[in-house]
Amino acid sequence: MAHGTGAVSHLERHHAHHFKNGHEEFEACKQGMWIFLVTEVLFFSGMFVAYAVLRVFYPDMMHDVHHHKILDWRMGALNTVVLITSSWTMARAVSSSQRGEHKNTVGFLWATLLLAGVFLVVKYFEYSHKIHEHILPGAQYAYEGLTTAKVPIFMSVYFVMTGIHGLHVVIGMGIIYYLIRRANRNEFGPKYFTPVEITGLYWHFVDLVWIYLFPLLYLVG
Amino acid sequence: MANSSTAHGDNYLNHSHGLKSWLFTLDHKRIGLMYLFVILAMFLMGGVFALLVRWELFAPGMQFFSSPNTYNQAFTYHGAIMVFMVVIPLIPAAIGNFVLPMQIGAKDVAFPRWNLVSYYVYLFGLIVAASTLFINKVDTGWTFYAPYSIRTGTSATLVLLGAFIMGFSSILTGLNFIVSIHKLRAPGLTWDRLPLFLWALYATSIVQVLATPVLAITLLLLILERTIGIGIFDPKLGGDPVLFQHFFWFYSHPAVYIMVLPAMGVISDIIPTFSRKPIFGYKAIAAATFGIALVAFVVWGHHMFVSGQSEFANFVFSFLTMLVAVPTGVKVFSWLATMYKGSLRMDTPMLYAFGFLFVFTIGGLTGVFLAVVSVDVHLTATYFVVAHFHYVMVGGTLLAFLAGLHYWFPKFCGKMYNEGTSKVAAWLIMVGFNVTFFPQFILGVLGMPRRYADYLPQFEQLNRISTIGSWFLGVGFVIVAWNLAKALKYGEKSGPNPWGALTLEWQTPSPPPHENFLKEPVVTEGPYEYRGEKALMGSNA
Ligand code: HEM
Ligand SMILES: [Cu+2]
Repeated sequence: MAHGTGAVSHLERHHAHHFKNGHEEFEACKQGMWIFLVTEVLFFSGMFVAYAVLRVFYPDMMHDVHHHKILDWRMGALNTVVLITSSWTMARAVSSSQRGEHKNTVGFLWATLLLAGVFLVVKYFEYSHKIHEHILPGAQYAYEGLTTAKVPIFMSVYFVMTGIHGLHVVIGMGIIYYLIRRANRNEFGPKYFTPVEITGLYWHFVDLVWIYLFPLLYLVG
Repeated sequence: MANSSTAHGDNYLNHSHGLKSWLFTLDHKRIGLMYLFVILAMFLMGGVFALLVRWELFAPGMQFFSSPNTYNQAFTYHGAIMVFMVVIPLIPAAIGNFVLPMQIGAKDVAFPRWNLVSYYVYLFGLIVAASTLFINKVDTGWTFYAPYSIRTGTSATLVLLGAFIMGFSSILTGLNFIVSIHKLRAPGLTWDRLPLFLWALYATSIVQVLATPVLAITLLLLILERTIGIGIFDPKLGGDPVLFQHFFWFYSHPAVYIMVLPAMGVISDIIPTFSRKPIFGYKAIAAATFGIALVAFVVWGHHMFVSGQSEFANFVFSFLTMLVAVPTGVKVFSWLATMYKGSLRMDTPMLYAFGFLFVFTIGGLTGVFLAVVSVDVHLTATYFVVAHFHYVMVGGTLLAFLAGLHYWFPKFCGKMYNEGTSKVAAWLIMVGFNVTFFPQFILGVLGMPRRYADYLPQFEQLNRISTIGSWFLGVGFVIVAWNLAKALKYGEKSGPNPWGALTLEWQTPSPPPHENFLKEPVVTEGPYEYRGEKALMGSNA
């Protein structure tokens, strides 16, 4: 049994011993990831509910944020494009791995990783601008350009939501990098592409969250 | 090699040796036992706090604690330890881990590695939370209500972080169980032949997977509230403390079903076995399990009748809460009907199952009292509520756990405990329990508030009785522990199937082989097809 001892090419890989066959293993892993994503939805839903409640409590909070251009919608839009593109590259990576197109798999994984990096760079510029101006969450807020009482709470929602989303991006990058290393060892092919497939699911989820965050935070007034 | 476990005499306990073979094991049976060990250690710790709390309440004025604040700390640790570290993981993570893969006829859970990760995550969270005992003790109560939990100058952040971390463990276990039941069932084990314990674990897992993330975000927001002041729950910064209560109970009400559904599952397996009769209403019980799980998500507001939520919300939550009693009743009557005209065997597991039926029903019915808004306004935050949830959590979950522990103990280790001693302990626990908690119903109705170190003189008599009851309970648990520990060493060999049960885990040697079965089992009928006395002879063993 060659489990875990260095590179195992997809042609000689065995499924874990408690599964009947590779297909059963694949199905189980995929179902596991879907269930995990359901927990993620509920995790984020807490924040979406907080967002909704605060909006109802303080209708002019959003108005102030919008009117004073606290958030730059162009940055958000740029990042939306970046992430959607990365979803596409990820999907291509999955299909390449299924077809055993080794070079394409690695290439598209790198492209996804790169786009995720771009997303974080944009986010970095947004964050550092806010930190510089003291447009910070709750009690930390000290922006002189706008001193209404409720904007600090909005900034809490903004930082918590985008921060946790950003954390998901970082974790995703780690996993994608790990996939690249395995792909380089030729571990994926038509018989075994489970990790690429389920990482793909995760990555699409991370994109999807952003697709909700962008309009709710940057656009809705 | 994969089939080395078929060698005769080889079992999961002697398959490999040394501490490391346990700490890094991927075997669900060993992981289950490691959970059991840690959870019982925490149960001891939570129990000591409980005895101290009761000691303090033996008489008005201060008895044991130096100040009311140390008393507050003691009940906080008692509650937080018992809820998050003991009762929630107790049946699924300990017994479920051991039994689930065997009942589906599999070699392991779907993701053995994640199973081990889940164990260490639990341990890590536990250490983080318990470390505060040595730093700066927390005094918020297990519910962490804002804004007090934001302001208290204790190391509450660490306890919150610990509970946050333990949540991941709960999610991973639930996820693992769901996938295992879907994908790893033995040939012939169709959904309508699934033992009811598995239906219960399945529903529990779904609740764990759906509710725990909400607790995670709630605790995280509270941690951020304490550390940087995000102002979402803090009224001083424009936040809403009632929002915290909604979030908290959106998890913590379903959590009470995370606690009690597996208990009901244990009972559903034990009663037909010891009545030698097929279960009455198999489908009804399975459906009721899901009914309860579903309704569990829409009743959280019954913890908030006096929080200022709207009258309409009170009405809706009150109505929905009472609905829970319907599927619960379906189960209780199905169990009773199963026993009707059966040939009952009163072994220890069955004795505890009887205790469960008696005590849990009181707990559930008093829950319905509390669901009536006009009654609850009087009873909320009194000892009536304390009695209610102890009747369901101790009388329900803990008694069912003890039933399950005594039921599966011979499977865990291949040995049998002393029946006489275990019955004495069972009686002590059940009588002690009622002596401890029944007076608390009366105290609550008389208006004694919960969570105070002191009380008015007129409550002394009943408090005394309650405290004395807690000693009986304590002694009962010590006897259980001693009896089982003794059996581990000196117990007689139990054989593979001492109860003549029909579910798959009994159709393999005790202790089971490393990979559970000598050859893959094939299922040909339902799990409770007992045919009078015949099955007692162990025709299937
Ligand atoms: C028929 C079933 C049940 C009903 C109708 C019910 C109803 C209620 C109600 C209305 C309350 C709120 C009392 C108040 O705070 O004023 C309550 C509290 C509570 N119940 Fe139940 N309950 C049921 C079953 C359970 C079960 C099975 C458990 C746990 C295994 C449980 C655990 C709790 C806990 C922990 C609390 C109080 C928490 C606290 O305030 O610290 N209940 N229940
Ligand atoms: Cu509740």
